[in-house]
Amino acid sequence: MSVEYNADQKIPHPAMWGVLYKSSTPFWDGVKEKRVMLQRCKSCGYWLNPPRPMCPKCRSQESEWVAAKGTGKIYSWVTFNESPHSAFKTPYEAVLVELDEGPRIVSNVVGINSDELEIGMPVEVTFEDVAEDLTLPKFKKVG
Amino acid sequence: MVMEYNPKIPTLRPYIDPDNQGFWDGVREHRLVIQKCKDCGLVIHRPRPMCPRCLSTEREWTPSMGKGVIYAYVNVIYQNAGYPGIKAPYSVVVVEITEGVRILANLYDIEPEGVRIGTPVEICFDDIADDLTLPKFKRLNS
Amino acid sequence: MFDEYLARRYRTTTRPKKEHYLVKDSAAIVGIGATEFSKDSGRSELQMVCEAVKAAVDDAGLQMEEIDGFVRFEMDYTDEMHICSSLGIPKLTYFAECGWGGGASCSTIVHAAAAIAAGVAECIVCYRGMNEASGRRYGRIPGTPSIMTAPRDHFGSILPFGHCTPPGWVAMFASRYLHEFDATAEDLAWVSVVCREHANRNPNAIFYDRPLTVQECVEARMIIEPLRLYDCCVDTDGAVAIIVASAEKAKKLKQKPAYIVGATQGNATEGELMTSYYRPVISGLPEAWYTGQELWRVTGAIPSDVNVAQFYDAFSPLIPMQLEEYGFCDRGKGMDFCRGGDRIRLGGELPCNTSGSHLSEAYLHGMNLIAEAVRQIRGTSTAQVKNAELSLVTGGLGIPTSAILLRN
Repeated sequence: MSVEYNADQKIPHPAMWGVLYKSSTPFWDGVKEKRVMLQRCKSCGYWLNPPRPMCPKCRSQESEWVAAKGTGKIYSWVTFNESPHSAFKTPYEAVLVELDEGPRIVSNVVGINSDELEIGMPVEVTFEDVAEDLTLPKFKKVG
Repeated sequence: MVMEYNPKIPTLRPYIDPDNQGFWDGVREHRLVIQKCKDCGLVIHRPRPMCPRCLSTEREWTPSMGKGVIYAYVNVIYQNAGYPGIKAPYSVVVVEITEGVRILANLYDIEPEGVRIGTPVEICFDDIADDLTLPKFKRLNS
Repeated sequence: MFDEYLARRYRTTTRPKKEHYLVKDSAAIVGIGATEFSKDSGRSELQMVCEAVKAAVDDAGLQMEEIDGFVRFEMDYTDEMHICSSLGIPKLTYFAECGWGGGASCSTIVHAAAAIAAGVAECIVCYRGMNEASGRRYGRIPGTPSIMTAPRDHFGSILPFGHCTPPGWVAMFASRYLHEFDATAEDLAWVSVVCREHANRNPNAIFYDRPLTVQECVEARMIIEPLRLYDCCVDTDGAVAIIVASAEKAKKLKQKPAYIVGATQGNATEGELMTSYYRPVISGLPEAWYTGQELWRVTGAIPSDVNVAQFYDAFSPLIPMQLEEYGFCDRGKGMDFCRGGDRIRLGGELPCNTSGSHLSEAYLHGMNLIAEAVRQIRGTSTAQVKNAELSLVTGGLGIPTSAILLRN
């Protein structure tokens, strides 16, 4: 089920977690331009997901950001029946999507009913402007 | 009098909890009260839940004369190292009162350049906002 | 309740037996690493910490996979979980956190050495990373605070009076110290001047190329009376990592080990976070005294055995006060010890803060002082004390504190 928001409540913003956010800045900058950006080690090609300052495989600090195609599969999901935050109306799902490139990201679904959701379901990214200063990447059925 | 507050930057409020409430209630009513152990009589500041001498949790608030001498002081000269809502220079003092405990506060009528360790002072109260009274010290018998 | 401290008596009858102190010589500092020290790092604390750990691992000649423990500062914005994900450290079997700001510096070594002596881990990283110059400066409170109520009773009892930053908190102790022992701003300036002399030999120091005179110190702008600009440490961006390994492992590694003879902590009653003004005496630092007494007890060393010392110096008055509390001179004589600088500079009776320390090298919450103490044991300091055998480091003051004694 898609997330519905209470209009008078502030949705948690990624910038609230200022410190580690630095590593994720290119990801959120990409979202603003409606792209899913992934970090990859420039030396050995290892995906740095979630983003981080050093490659755990070869310890290089040289990395590059590449745009994902935006397609993937539902890898796992949970349903929230009790709201964890005043901005979110329940019920809604949080999903873990495995992108075709390999990395997994946490997101929500758009236009998929709870009883339709299943592991392995092909999905593609869509961008939802949930607040004036916040766009989120979400996933819908392919096609 | 010697402290200049910027009303746009509210002064931080004391945090009132069950252990210190009596002290701040007293300040609001312009009375200086100090915690005293009901069992062994030890006078205690800063307030706390248990007497460090006899471990009793029975306490009472005893009125203080509010007279003492300046024990230590600092003068905040560089604005950025002080509170943005209080105009530098200003003094912060630790006063040793006759009951034997020390109280941290500001000065009411002594300019920073005039502060000396050992100066006799007495308590007064400054209603700096509708909901905030702070204890301050002024020259004795001024 | 302060009789013990006031009479300078340390009751050892209530302490564990000395032979039960397993830390002694069980572990050594085998690797040190740091980023550059700057005013604006331009990168995250996490990145700087990863760089410093990598440098320390390389310095030690270890493989990343051999790291099995981490000790962090409670105040640090990074943690072992994220650091391991960047450095590719596969597993940890020990992790701990130390409280009380800079008081945690040598505490990290206490925890690491104790864990190693207990067989919980063999190779532990202690670290600190902060963008303290370009980010949140400890000497200031944020522009317009959004909080109307101070966070806790303790802060609530000082912040309404505008007593809101570490220089002010320490200045209150200094006010009494200078008053009771008739010391002047000029006396105090010698502390800053000697640290600067040492920094002028250290290319990594922020003030490497900036000499400082007593005259400049006493004429510098007042920050919080009685502390002037050069009485305060230098806000810094950077990270330092220290690796502690078992003595057995240390022998097989690249560097000359700096063996940990003793590592101790101390808290004293009637304490508050940097505002312990309600004790009978506030011109001294009882936490440091207890830490020192325990250090001398477990190591069997005495102050005059120490060849070189790195005293935690967020503010200059803390050095003469610690000289007294750690027993290098009598109470009230710390200022005499520092006046003129001859006894504390390189070549003196007790060379102190030989990298330039917090006042002139960098303020990394005590971890850069530990690195310098290790260099003294290795013989690689830029202000090297000849044949340094015993090297002392102390942790942050006005709070529960810690100290370590290293040997070659």
